[in-house]
Amino acid sequence: MTSANPSSTPAGPAAEPAVEPVVEMHGIHMDFPGVKALDDVSLRLFPGEVHAVMGENGAGKSTLIKVLTGVYRATAGTTTFDGRAVRFAGPGAAQDAGISTVYQEVNLAPNLSVAENILLGREPRRLGTIDGRAMRAAARVHLDRIGLRLDPASTLGEHPIAVQQLVAIARAVAVDAKVLILDEPTSSLDAEEVAELFRIMRVLRDDGVAILFVSHFLEQVYEISDRMTVLRNGRLVGEHRTAELSRLDLLSAMLGRELTTLEEVGRLAEQAAEQAGGTPVLEARGLGRRGALAPFDLKVAAGEVVGLAGLLGSGRTELVRLLFGADRPDSGTLLVNGRPVSLRSPRAPIAAGVAFCSEDRKGEGILADLSIRDNLVLAVQARRGWARPVPRRTKDELVERYMRMLDIRPNDPDALVGNLSGGNQQKVMLARWLATDPSVLILDEPTRGIDVGAKAQIQKVVAELARDGMAVVYISAELEEVTRLSNRVVVLKDRVKIAELTEPSVDDIMHLIAQHDPEPRLEAAS
Amino acid sequence: MTSPDLPAPVERPAGASLGARVRGSRLVWPALALLLLLVGNTIASPSFLGVRLQDGHLYGSLVDILKNGAPIALIALGMTLVIATRGIDLSVGAVVAIAAAVTCTWIAGSPDPTSASAALTGMAVAIALCLVLGLWNGLLVSVLGIQPIIATLVLMTAGRGIAMLITDGQIITVNNESFSFVGSGFLLFPVAILLALVVFVVVALLSRRTALGLLVESVGINPEASRLAGLRSRTIIWTVYVFSAFCAGLAGLMISANVNAADANNAGLFIEMDAILAVVIGGTSLAGGRYSLVGTLLGALTIQTLTTTVYTVGIAPEVTLVFKAVVVIAVFLLQSARVRAAFARLGRRGGPTRPVPRTAPARPVAARPRPAERVSPS
Repeated sequence: MTSANPSSTPAGPAAEPAVEPVVEMHGIHMDFPGVKALDDVSLRLFPGEVHAVMGENGAGKSTLIKVLTGVYRATAGTTTFDGRAVRFAGPGAAQDAGISTVYQEVNLAPNLSVAENILLGREPRRLGTIDGRAMRAAARVHLDRIGLRLDPASTLGEHPIAVQQLVAIARAVAVDAKVLILDEPTSSLDAEEVAELFRIMRVLRDDGVAILFVSHFLEQVYEISDRMTVLRNGRLVGEHRTAELSRLDLLSAMLGRELTTLEEVGRLAEQAAEQAGGTPVLEARGLGRRGALAPFDLKVAAGEVVGLAGLLGSGRTELVRLLFGADRPDSGTLLVNGRPVSLRSPRAPIAAGVAFCSEDRKGEGILADLSIRDNLVLAVQARRGWARPVPRRTKDELVERYMRMLDIRPNDPDALVGNLSGGNQQKVMLARWLATDPSVLILDEPTRGIDVGAKAQIQKVVAELARDGMAVVYISAELEEVTRLSNRVVVLKDRVKIAELTEPSVDDIMHLIAQHDPEPRLEAAS
Repeated sequence: MTSPDLPAPVERPAGASLGARVRGSRLVWPALALLLLLVGNTIASPSFLGVRLQDGHLYGSLVDILKNGAPIALIALGMTLVIATRGIDLSVGAVVAIAAAVTCTWIAGSPDPTSASAALTGMAVAIALCLVLGLWNGLLVSVLGIQPIIATLVLMTAGRGIAMLITDGQIITVNNESFSFVGSGFLLFPVAILLALVVFVVVALLSRRTALGLLVESVGINPEASRLAGLRSRTIIWTVYVFSAFCAGLAGLMISANVNAADANNAGLFIEMDAILAVVIGGTSLAGGRYSLVGTLLGALTIQTLTTTVYTVGIAPEVTLVFKAVVVIAVFLLQSARVRAAFARLGRRGGPTRPVPRTAPARPVAARPRPAERVSPS
């Protein structure tokens, strides 16, 4: 189909101005082996707008961008650009046509000058050689267009990352781009730098460029975007004018409100709640790290599950990494069972009884080329040191006990962990730490990307552990899961701990996150 | 803990036939290459396999291969552990030269250059210095975070200079029976073989009987996951570089004792390449992780047999290196999963191979798109 038939697009709540969209994607399906990454998704970009694509992890934002720029070839669906049906052969072809992308990491050559970076591959030539003067002049024009005061002859690497990012944008629009895609451009910028970026985005928007903006910072999206498309689990939830969509509605659109039947988990959590209280097993005082998370306090008692809620990028992961010494905090102290613990490396927290399962199971968790047995005993072995191997019998007992307790499949301790399903890999991680007999268990998204059965099993195990006296810190992107399991929920937003709820409900959490309140607040609502 | 010497049971269905298991093993290709070389040598010179006992010493081509291959095997053992941690040690050749230089200079400069005590202290000083050099490499890699190839390049180039300084630019010759014993002595077998064997057994035992194998492999497979599991990744990495330098130092003693001289320019020249080759031929991936000590041993013997073959078959010196390269490439091709898959297809179809179909998720398209865009079918 072509864009001559605009009535075929879903009539969203946002009635459109009388201009034709510059990009129109319709009925996009993207299947990967075993995964439906996009399921009938549509997207419209109009000239002169900032359009945010919103969604949690796995919603399909990056896949959609990659389909648009030709990195992936959609399984089904049509894309029109400038009124013509297109299917780009790759990002280069998309850029030649006028769709430029700036990624989160700066993709430039830091050792070249600003001018060379802006015009790389399109250098003005004279007599077969690059005309340096003409190049600097041309670069100056492009920098002026976005109001960036910068010496074109200076080396790119001398400038801070934020400026490099702006140069990347100058490069992206230097090709006369009609569409500019900004994939999480603000994640490493401070407030002033973000303001500068937004100023440039507005300049380009007023020039008629359609800007597609992806960010996890809710307030930034509300500040800069005109319209938004919300995705969830690869499906289109809706297209809205930003001004007409409340933060609360956006959150419920992004997160969904699945009804769950895990009543047993709820009951176990209640039992655990009755036992909770007393001296905290884990206590953080003013723990923080510049650029990662504002200083926070946290107490977790034995038998208590404390959930961390917040959007992706809100600081959930950063918080637990500080608790474990995975990242070194630059302020505050951690006490485990009342004793201060060094956070220079994870070794002291581990010795004190803290266990941590990273959200990045493949990158920071499992050892894919080793067997279930080796993976399972690794933390115990690390504690004992190399000279005292875990005796064969103890090893077999541990493996036997935890493989049965967590129902790890296949039931073969010599199977390579890399060949296991995501759910079973997660169980191996859990088993590795339970084998160390910890008193605090920190789980970062233990149920992400695993099948429903394993999800329920893991939640049940967590509830049982808490009932038996374990202190648990639990992160999940699914608010239902957090509230069902937790006695208390810590709410984070934009890298600040904003609240602690003692009787958490999904509604309360969503209200808190949605509140437009730039000042960090600490309250104990009930 | 599974032994690092067992073949990786990747994608091996349970209860697979012995044939399938042998074919799936990482050790089968180096073993086959070694066997082929030995057979070729025997054809070229029928007395090749003969071993005879003379004056209580074993003699023969096979014994020579083992004896001359001992230094490479020793260095390759240390290299195996370094490579298992995703590292590499280019400085071993220079360490060989330093060990040789220190020992010979010490012996030559001692009051009685023929005494056993001069030989023993000289060797002890050399080994101690090599341990320090290993500490230096480990410091650069594990504490300062310099890439192993660069960090060890420092000592690779500087090391020969140090050896030259020690020997004052001369080739130092010594005449000390106790020292010669290390390189050319016999206890039925040549002493060099026995020394290498002892180190091999010790490392194998440490790998199997302690947790060292597991920890080294963990660090090599995923350093960040290992750190978060509480491993002292730094200490482990440091240790393997020290061990590698120790092996190189011991090999340096063997090499210089064999010729009763220290040649700072040529002792252990290019031996790091042979050692790395031995490790790779033995099936340990340069990407780190699982390692095979037996494989390394086979690899070292393959390389030494290759060198011996050059002499037995009488290949002209100017084509020696090319011949070596051809054999090494053949072994690598046999190890390559792609080449093996191609062979498997050839065997199945009995016909020409087709390129592997790409497992792209996209639906098939009728025609290749033009560079910029393509009108989609309506």
